[in-house]
Amino acid sequence: MENDYQGPMIRVSDLVTYYGDRRILNHVNLDFPAGETMVILGGSGTGKSTLLRHIMRLEFPTSGRIFIKGQDICPMSEDRFNQIRRKIGMLFQSAALFNSMTIEDNVALPLRELTQLEESTIRIMTRIKLDLVGLNGFENYMPSQLSGGMKKRAGLARALAMDPEILLFDEPSAGLDPITAAGIDSLILKLKLAFRMTIVVVTHELASAFMIADHITVMDHGEVIATGTPEEVRNSQHPRVLQFLNRIPEGDQVDAQEYLRSLTEN
Amino acid sequence: MTAVLVFLGRNTLGFFRYVGGIYDLSAKAAYWTFVAPFKGRDLKWGNAIHQMVVAGVDSIPIVALISLFIGIVLGLQGAYQLAKFGATYFVTALVGVSMTRELGPLITAVIIAGRSGSAFAAELGTMKVSEELDALEAMGLDSVRYLVVPKYLAMLVMMPCLTLISDFAGILGGAAFEVAELGKTFAMCLSATQDALVMHDITTGLIKSLVFGLIIAEVGCYEGFSVRGGAEGVGKATTSSVVVSIFLIILADVIFTAIFYFTS
Repeated sequence: MENDYQGPMIRVSDLVTYYGDRRILNHVNLDFPAGETMVILGGSGTGKSTLLRHIMRLEFPTSGRIFIKGQDICPMSEDRFNQIRRKIGMLFQSAALFNSMTIEDNVALPLRELTQLEESTIRIMTRIKLDLVGLNGFENYMPSQLSGGMKKRAGLARALAMDPEILLFDEPSAGLDPITAAGIDSLILKLKLAFRMTIVVVTHELASAFMIADHITVMDHGEVIATGTPEEVRNSQHPRVLQFLNRIPEGDQVDAQEYLRSLTEN
Repeated sequence: MTAVLVFLGRNTLGFFRYVGGIYDLSAKAAYWTFVAPFKGRDLKWGNAIHQMVVAGVDSIPIVALISLFIGIVLGLQGAYQLAKFGATYFVTALVGVSMTRELGPLITAVIIAGRSGSAFAAELGTMKVSEELDALEAMGLDSVRYLVVPKYLAMLVMMPCLTLISDFAGILGGAAFEVAELGKTFAMCLSATQDALVMHDITTGLIKSLVFGLIIAEVGCYEGFSVRGGAEGVGKATTSSVVVSIFLIILADVIFTAIFYFTS
């Protein structure tokens, strides 16, 4: 990667994705400024996790382009993109630890496979990462022996193993109690202040979004409906944004005629 | 009528997609096994040896036991027919030839398909469901190289070994029956087996076992990778890995046996 690159760290340009006939992403345009935290907010099934998976190239768009540090990643060869991937860490929704390995081996795996470092160096680096997420002393535990919050922390330590420039979080607080979720949030804040990484967080937790974000993007039905600073998004007049921020449930179907027809149609 | 055509069309497409998927996976696995090591990307021998132990060494008792029983059954059935001609001398040859040429490889493959093929599908399927495969890819590590190739290597090394054990156990079972019931001695059985068997019998069996091993690894891994949904998807993939691989094993058996029959 070029080091003198000045533009946005990640640029998503006119991204459209279909799963079969269903449109998941609809002309998404987004810039992720370097060194800042972008939170993508939205309900379930609005395409926000899919967007994240596209940035990691776990899925390919139907059309549109994604630039990381100014380089279009979609047509790139696997080998070249793997070079970029080393600078991206991702925390999956389920933490995705390898269940057959200890926590230490999980964190050390990318270092062992992708670098030529000495085993002793790798062990020290692994300990540092585990220390950073507060899992000191859990090196020899298996993932199944850890709680949900600890798994997330271990997953984060693994995502940090290669000292990434970009860190992606898929629903970091999903399935966690409020206290543990707040712990993950403060960990994200700590990383942001300490390492100046470009962080992308996909979530539907309003409180956590406004706490950690420099920029917020709200998505609905595969479209970006609002983007800007937390203040700008809070003052948005878009009806769907208001509905989401004020937690108003979806309206019930009121048209009786329409409802009866939907029942009798086959 | 259209319903029938739609049904046929959809299943034909599904079949070709399956074949295409298996081909794709085999091509990648072959690349990582035979080409990549010469480009400085070593095989993961540690993982492969682990798989050899789990899929191969741990299967020895069950393969040996079942083959022993099959040998006894072959002896019993052979004696029932051959006794009519007073030719029970040939029971030994019958057991030896059918074990080495046919039943040794086949029984081993069926056991391993049920034992290890299903385990491959379940392991990879669970990893897919829990996003572990995505995590591997996100780190830039190739899932075929790390997860599939060790299983291929394990099958290629262990299937012939297990088949030899099966051949031996089957012949032993047949001999045990003959010693107990037909008044022969072990030495007689041994020399009769040596007379009856030619090297070709054993090598054709071993060639088959390699093919069967590839089928088991391929189908198990492919089914695992194509899991959709949660635990239910893993269950379905595990079941269909066994059904499909046993079907393909027997299909390959017909083809290879025919080839050996017409070329020898």
